[in-house]
Amino acid sequence: MGAADGANGFSKPLQVGCVGISHRTADVAVRERFAVGDPVLGETAAGVKELEGLCGAVVISTCNRVEYYFAASDAAQAVEQIRQRLGVGVEPGFYAHAGRESVAHLMRVVSGMDSMVPGETEILGQVKKAYQSAVEAGAANREVHVLFQKAFAVAKEVRSQTNITRGPVSVGGVAVDLAEKIFGKLAHCKVMILGAGETAEQTGRALVSRGVRSIFVSNRTHDRAVELANSMGGAALHFDEWQNWAHDVDIIVGSTAAPHAVVLREPMEKLMGQRPARPLFIIDLAVPRDVEASVNELEGVYVYDIDALQQIAERSLTFRRAELVQCEAIIERCAREVAEKLGEEKAESGWEKVESGKRKAETDERNRAERDSLPQVARKGAPEGAGNVETDEGNAETGERKLSVRE
Amino acid sequence: MFPVPMERWPLILSTLFFLVSFGWTMFALGAGKYRPSRLNLVVISAGFAAQTWFLYLRGEMLGRCPLTNLFEVLIFLSWSMVLFYLVIGPAYRLTLLGAFTAPFATIFQMVALIAPLDAAPVVGASRPNPWLELHAAVSVMAYGAFALACVAGLMFLVQERQLKSHRFNAVFYHLPPITELATAIKSLLFAGMALLSVGLGAGFVVGSPGKKILWGIGVWVLYGLILLMRQKLSARRVALMAVTAFTVTLASLWGINQLPGGPN
Repeated sequence: MGAADGANGFSKPLQVGCVGISHRTADVAVRERFAVGDPVLGETAAGVKELEGLCGAVVISTCNRVEYYFAASDAAQAVEQIRQRLGVGVEPGFYAHAGRESVAHLMRVVSGMDSMVPGETEILGQVKKAYQSAVEAGAANREVHVLFQKAFAVAKEVRSQTNITRGPVSVGGVAVDLAEKIFGKLAHCKVMILGAGETAEQTGRALVSRGVRSIFVSNRTHDRAVELANSMGGAALHFDEWQNWAHDVDIIVGSTAAPHAVVLREPMEKLMGQRPARPLFIIDLAVPRDVEASVNELEGVYVYDIDALQQIAERSLTFRRAELVQCEAIIERCAREVAEKLGEEKAESGWEKVESGKRKAETDERNRAERDSLPQVARKGAPEGAGNVETDEGNAETGERKLSVRE
Repeated sequence: MFPVPMERWPLILSTLFFLVSFGWTMFALGAGKYRPSRLNLVVISAGFAAQTWFLYLRGEMLGRCPLTNLFEVLIFLSWSMVLFYLVIGPAYRLTLLGAFTAPFATIFQMVALIAPLDAAPVVGASRPNPWLELHAAVSVMAYGAFALACVAGLMFLVQERQLKSHRFNAVFYHLPPITELATAIKSLLFAGMALLSVGLGAGFVVGSPGKKILWGIGVWVLYGLILLMRQKLSARRVALMAVTAFTVTLASLWGINQLPGGPN
């Protein structure tokens, strides 16, 4: 039951709701017009709270969504107030939720269910930051606290009770995960990067982010190898020297522009003969491939080319999307509990009853559409190189627009 | 229905614990619901406690270390294996090792319970030479370490095969990294070798080596060769040898116990 807010003079239960746009409903060109910078998130929320009828607000702004969450005496009126403030009349792409639906929506957002790549975890940190900014700016009231704290708890439950985060969904993520499946902690692994292109750099950085401390870069253009090695805290090698150093590395990333294989079976067989008990993981990102296919047959050598990595990423994505149904069941249960705690069930207005029915149909449609479009989505979600490493909430360009919006 | 002797109930209870652990893990993996949790460790610990209880009761009844026939050897072997799991599993964060250990413990104990192996233990006989008891107990504990190395070896082979073929099933995501498994296998082989060395040493103190001690020396040489060659072999081959060596040892255990003179 929402408490009366003396400052605002309300005596009836407060309602929670949200207004916003996301990658599902609006192009990046629209989203960027409404984006709110991190430094002013709290200030913006405080400004929204001052609108007539509002008692609390949080503003979330990421590459893929801009959403205003609020607690107010009248949700419909609050939605109109926020729209007016944003200068949005009949702007396509904006949606509004109130009561239980807004609770469920926030839970889906923080759980990564509403993200471009289901189960991505970056959004949770972004929402926590937005909430913290609102708290520090004095824009959060009791209802907002309950709403967000519960949403964070539900996000944790969804991730621990389902497989929504299972498996990497980008080429770089797959490569790093496989490295950990072979070596465990990567801190003691030595990495050699052949080629100094963008994909090699991204994969190298992904490995460094997971603890790799020793990197060699070898490239036909030595200056570029030096530049890349310096940027990652590694060492550069002349391209004709890499085989002399390969016996002491654990991971080789192949990404040269060579028209033929540069990692051949015979020298690798000799190399493995010198270190039979030490596995070697080869990530071949090049097309044409840098590694002779038969190298994978050698004992202790694990070769993954770009196709293999992409297939694993696609399978993970398919798996995660299949988990959405189970996640939705948790969200429904928890949203009902939170709505009851907030008194939303008792205070549900006619507006909400009509709208919640519409949104239920939209959610069902969205889930169905996602299941139907799995292969296409997976292909679009997978980058050409090793670019994305689990930061898909920030990748707006590959977004799909399937969800019909209210407006 | 034939009556079940009282001292067998802890053993039956222990077997049920291991069966539940194994069954639940397999079901959870198949249904995609498996989550690493302490529950499996708790269930296996309960099974271990029941095993210990059984061995204590048996020891009290016999007035000596319960290693007088193949039935007791199998239970003691199962107990040793679970003991090593409880020591090494949490240390290496090998949560799924429990799921692989449980079926072995279940099989050992079910064979012991069902097969007619419990040949009339001599109750109240004079206590044997303590060196002989030490030899038997420590040797069987060594086989427990080798058994767990075999289990870890199987896990390694499953994981390695999937990494090579690029095809992953539900188990893949819960198996530990192959490098950690390889380390665990070697640690268990070293632990087993150390215990077996102590066991054989105690056996030599008893007197001139009999056929069973010679068999123990054979096992010692077999595992010693694996450990000597470990640097020259791939981790997969070491895992394969850990599995093969234990299979051979287990198969010959039955044969050696048919020799006159009891399992000691």
